[in-house]
Amino acid sequence: MHSILAVDDSASMRKMVSFTLVGAGFQVVEAVDGVDAYEKAQKQKFDLVLTDQNMPRLDGIGLTRKLREHPQYATTPILILTTESSDQMKQAGRAAGATGWLVKPFDPNRLIEVIRKVIR
Amino acid sequence: MADTATDGFDLTQFYQIFFEEAGENLQQMEQLLLNLDLDTVDDETLNAIFRCAHSIKGGAATFGFEDVAELTHQMESLLDKLRRHELKPTAPMVDVLLESSDALKGLLARHQGLGGEPPETSALVARIRALAQGQVPAATPAPPPPMAAPAPAPAAASTAVAPAQAPVAGPVGPAGMPAAAPPGALRRLRARIGPLTHMAQADAIQELFRDIAGLGRIIGQRDDGAVRIYDIETTGSNDELLDLFAFHVAREQVVLEPLPTDDAGGAAAPAGTIAAEHSRDVIEEGYGLFAGAPGSPVAATVTDARGVASPAPDLVQGYGLFAGAPGNPVTPEQHAAAVQTDSAPEATGPEGAAAAPGAAAQGDARARDSAKAARAAASAQLETTTLRVSVSKIDQLINQVGELVITQAMLAQYSRDLDATLHQQLLSGLADLERNTRDLQESVMSIRMIPMSVVFSRFPRMLRDLAGKLGKKVELVTHGEATELDKGLIEKITDPLTHLIRNSCDHGIELPRERLAKGKPEVGTITLSAAHQGGSILIEVRDDGRGLSRAKLLAKARERGVPCSDDMSDQEVWQLIFAPGFSTAEVVTDVSGRGVGMDVVKKNIASLGGSVEIDSAEGYGMSVKVRLPLTLAIMDGMTVRVGDEVYILPLSSVVESFQVTATDINTVAQSAQLVKVREEYMPVIQLDRLFAVPRRGEDPSANSIMVVIESDGSRVALVVDELLGQQQVVIKNLEANYRKVPNVSGATILGDGSVSLILDTSALVRRVRQ
Repeated sequence: MHSILAVDDSASMRKMVSFTLVGAGFQVVEAVDGVDAYEKAQKQKFDLVLTDQNMPRLDGIGLTRKLREHPQYATTPILILTTESSDQMKQAGRAAGATGWLVKPFDPNRLIEVIRKVIR
Repeated sequence: MADTATDGFDLTQFYQIFFEEAGENLQQMEQLLLNLDLDTVDDETLNAIFRCAHSIKGGAATFGFEDVAELTHQMESLLDKLRRHELKPTAPMVDVLLESSDALKGLLARHQGLGGEPPETSALVARIRALAQGQVPAATPAPPPPMAAPAPAPAAASTAVAPAQAPVAGPVGPAGMPAAAPPGALRRLRARIGPLTHMAQADAIQELFRDIAGLGRIIGQRDDGAVRIYDIETTGSNDELLDLFAFHVAREQVVLEPLPTDDAGGAAAPAGTIAAEHSRDVIEEGYGLFAGAPGSPVAATVTDARGVASPAPDLVQGYGLFAGAPGNPVTPEQHAAAVQTDSAPEATGPEGAAAAPGAAAQGDARARDSAKAARAAASAQLETTTLRVSVSKIDQLINQVGELVITQAMLAQYSRDLDATLHQQLLSGLADLERNTRDLQESVMSIRMIPMSVVFSRFPRMLRDLAGKLGKKVELVTHGEATELDKGLIEKITDPLTHLIRNSCDHGIELPRERLAKGKPEVGTITLSAAHQGGSILIEVRDDGRGLSRAKLLAKARERGVPCSDDMSDQEVWQLIFAPGFSTAEVVTDVSGRGVGMDVVKKNIASLGGSVEIDSAEGYGMSVKVRLPLTLAIMDGMTVRVGDEVYILPLSSVVESFQVTATDINTVAQSAQLVKVREEYMPVIQLDRLFAVPRRGEDPSANSIMVVIESDGSRVALVVDELLGQQQVVIKNLEANYRKVPNVSGATILGDGSVSLILDTSALVRRVRQ
């Protein structure tokens, strides 16, 4: 079973993402912000990281950058879930090493579809 | 939105979490806004306020509450400009954000099915837009000041230099305002620029799109006489576009309108852009994978003219993968293709490089932020270690623990006569059980305890609005916010406290010039404090206003026919304001009404087993002290026997007990009895007569025991046969389980399993007063 780290500071978004993914047969661990996610990612290797962009302490792009410094996460798919779909954000995401982005609000079916595309 | 996101998924199961979360975010935003010092705003506060709006918007958009999403989007846009220091925060901004926060509460309440009038948001949206554009609005369209007294003009008016303007200055007709587009979404529109004297003026617009990352792109252009028409794909709002265009052409020369759909394909797309049809899919689905990015399965990626990673046609649908990024499961051929695309002329190369320094700068900013965010960290940590549980589950637990306490007490009673040497192990086990039960009970009760800050936090806002309305200057000081109180009590104490604070502001605190004339500081102070005192909590509302006037109160009491006399003690005079229909204010205002509230306040507090005390000095202020039990579920009681019945008196109202002989009791008119205690006559209640309990052939003239109880500042002596002891009792509501019984406030189960009634001391005191 593939494991996914779902990062969002909003409990409702987190619950919805994890409900969607667990329903699709993934194992999901939740984290409340970038710092929490980074700590959890070091304890357990995840097959995919799905993170919100705007969060306190450490945002999605910052988390991506930190994770990419780890050999373990050098090639792990990292998707940034965001309400900001500006090119600026995309460029910053790309520069940080994110695999892709997904705009909120998202369709649960599409989320699964995209994740199946990138997860190994 | 419901049409896309609900496919096979029931979103309603997340609504409750969203509502709670949105409520917390609004609360936090309000708190931060109220504490915002406009002169020294720090970035962390602005970011935190922004995040609150941002979070609500994200959830609302996901769960389909579009009105909430739209309003929060506007708030977010304004807050974004503030946190980017493009605008300086001003008082009108704080006002409009607070009002929006109220409107959001209304919208959310309606979505929760709680009813209420639908809040009017379009005016708010217009005001926020105007402020976000740097305009200073004229006086807010607030209701006219209610008082005859000269209220100062709203702060906004004094700073208003420009008349209110429509949010968009350009001649954009209603049809030309595609404002209904989802916030921040990529959309297409047509800009008509002109008539122009030199068409070259319009060329500058093209440069804008080339120079400003994130603005969007021009997908088609043609000239219609002296008018240049650009078809644009953008995430920017009309306002943003108009602002930018204004650098090159006059606002009046720009008209924005939605792009006619049949025209979309017809607009000659510049070479190198992706097919219009595909790009629409992308826009509507809202995601993209960056070709060659880590984790991206993207093959041949189609990039647009600027090389900005656009979703490849087969991946379109609301996400993107970055070409060549780690984690991207591209096949070698695909990768090669991606690389090729990347190295194509005008491809990502230069842009990517340009993005890097920017990202580094962002990193620095983040580092600064995270250093500042120590407090935010603590609160985030809290969230992972807390658990939301419904109150009914906790109440069930409390009830079960209550039953356990009774069972334990029963066992203790039965085992009292056992021989300690024969049953040593059993008895030590029972002693352990007693200790564990007590600990368990305490822990369970503490679950329901909530800090007073939950109540206190609503007052700064209320007082700010109220003081503004009344033209007064008031500062609220709070102490003891951490003091904990039972959730049920917290809910019930909120209204009475609100009333007391309104009263202090309305009737207590004087107008600024009146205060200055009296030699007081211009700004009045209302102090709200909470502290534990024995088994109860003491909440005090104190103000440094005009205080109560003994003479005025007495005059008013006579006028209203309330019994009074000049010999009354100050305490008794102050108590007059609790008489129904009593008002001391000379001007009736819409704020505190006609003073009818104080008797209701008192009644509400008494129904919680609490009491109210007033202290005042004319000209110096007034203090109202509310004393409440810590919890409604458990009480320390004194058990007394009358005949064969056992009754419980709340220990908090027991003053003393003593033995009297029949001769100490004097019978006065209408068989009312009095007892003289230390030179003071006190009314006597014979409990056996009151409850018609047969006494065990005891000689009524023999020595009897009196228990003095106090309630609402008055005392009565109850005649009982025996004092049995003190114990904690679990209160069972008699009204809910049986019916209301006069002079009885509830019932409990004693250690031996028998039911005992808890006496309503305030009813007993009222009884003899009448």
